Amino acid sequence: MALRLTSGSQPALIVIGASLGGLMALRELLQQLRPDFSIPIAIVQHRHRDLQQQLVASMQQGVRLLLREVEDKDELRPGQIYLAPADYHLLVEADCLLLSIDPPVSYARPSIDVLFESAADAYGERLIGVILTGANQDGAIGAAAIKAKGGLVLVQEPATAESAVMPAAAIAQTCVDAVLSLSALAAQLNEFCEVCEF
Amino acid sequence: MSQTAMERKTVNLEEIELELLLEGIYQYYGYDFRNYARASLKRRIRKVLEGEGLSQISALQNLVLHDSAAIQRMLLGITVNVTSMFRDPSFFLAFRQQVVPLLSTYPYIRLWHAGCSEGQEVYAMAILLQEAGLYDRCRIYATDRNERVLQRAKAGIYPLGLMQQYTQLYLQSGGQHSFSNYYTAAYDSAIFRASLRENILFSQHDLASDGSFNEFNIILCRNVLIYFDPVLQQRVHRLFHESLCRFGILALGRQESLRLSPYAPDYEALVKSEKIFRRLS
Ligand SMILES: C[S@@+](CC[C@H](N)C(=O)[O-])C[C@H]1O[C@@H](n2cnc3c(N)ncnc32)[C@H](O)[C@@H]1O
Repeated sequence: MALRLTSGSQPALIVIGASLGGLMALRELLQQLRPDFSIPIAIVQHRHRDLQQQLVASMQQGVRLLLREVEDKDELRPGQIYLAPADYHLLVEADCLLLSIDPPVSYARPSIDVLFESAADAYGERLIGVILTGANQDGAIGAAAIKAKGGLVLVQEPATAESAVMPAAAIAQTCVDAVLSLSALAAQLNEFCEVCEF
Repeated sequence: MSQTAMERKTVNLEEIELELLLEGIYQYYGYDFRNYARASLKRRIRKVLEGEGLSQISALQNLVLHDSAAIQRMLLGITVNVTSMFRDPSFFLAFRQQVVPLLSTYPYIRLWHAGCSEGQEVYAMAILLQEAGLYDRCRIYATDRNERVLQRAKAGIYPLGLMQQYTQLYLQSGGQHSFSNYYTAAYDSAIFRASLRENILFSQHDLASDGSFNEFNIILCRNVLIYFDPVLQQRVHRLFHESLCRFGILALGRQESLRLSPYAPDYEALVKSEKIFRRLS
């Protein structure tokens, strides 16, 4: 089954949310992206206060695309992967990334819902959201917001996730477009990138 | 704007309503939120809508322009005053180690704390300066747009339950003393020592509309600029530039930078990772 954005156009941004078990899952996913992958990716990974600083470095291992911890008003660039910094919410505007220290949402800062909802506002049909492993329900409301604005939502197959709660919550909350293993997710994202070259 | 940027900006009714709301509030009440970063502002305005039981921003506009209690509720709902003592302890540690030695040669130190919120950061800095033996030479101007949080800042009374966390952060920031010496516990409150407040002047100042009011050796403005769009950020950077003396220190939040400042070339990074800059010319 070939997934397409309803607009038929190329995706402008991919947003990914991950929690418990996310570091391994993200690394596995990002490692399988083509070296010339050109769609910008913004990630919220919940993190424990202790492992705040080293997250970028440990996630970068084996990943060819460049990872960057977001600074205020960073512009979205093709082929860049943007990671929400510890203790800040990450939001998306039409042409840049925003940070805020608003209170945590459902105990989370950064919050996946906050990222997804703002991205859905900014990019509508040209957005792809991905929910990976996690032991809470963050991202479910955000995934519904992406669907409501015409974007696509892909979810890690709960049975293959270290913690199935978060993917299952997204699936229960909204009509997601595909439920896939990590390799199948990577293949799917690579395919979107092929579309965008023609 | 390039063609593609135009295409990306789908015409969005909610954006238009938001624009009109902010313009109306500015023209009628004088509060200027027009250049606040939109995505985060929109989130909070949606919260206000929920609280008022409204579904459209234009309905909120109608309400707040005709009801002075409603505008106050809205202002409370859209301001973010989240703060902490010794937030980012590595910043305070770097300040102790690398800024304090520079200051110790000064006979007199003027510090501006812009966007001080409920004051926790100001008291943290006062503690640091006392421990460095510099406090008596300091005059600290702590400002915020929001009168309500300034009242709290002046009182210097915080929930006792937070003290355990603050103590941890204080120690991580290089604090050498017993943190509990700095406050008195009363019921559920921690009342901070009045001596910390002696050289602090709290006053209202709006970075979006007010001008420079003094010349400073240090300006601290952390996690305020993230709420501003590039236009307002440039205004504030101009204001800081006008208010900072030569070799003065500018300290921003952990994820903020001088990238959008027209004056970036006039500064050098003193502690790059902590966003502590020094003005050179
Ligand atoms: C998130 S708090 C940051 C507090 C503290 N500096 C910290 O980092 O913990 C932002 C503060 O900026 C203030 N602020 C927002 N807009 C302002 C303006 N235009 N002028 C002055 N202060 C403003 C808010 O009232 C709030 O207290």
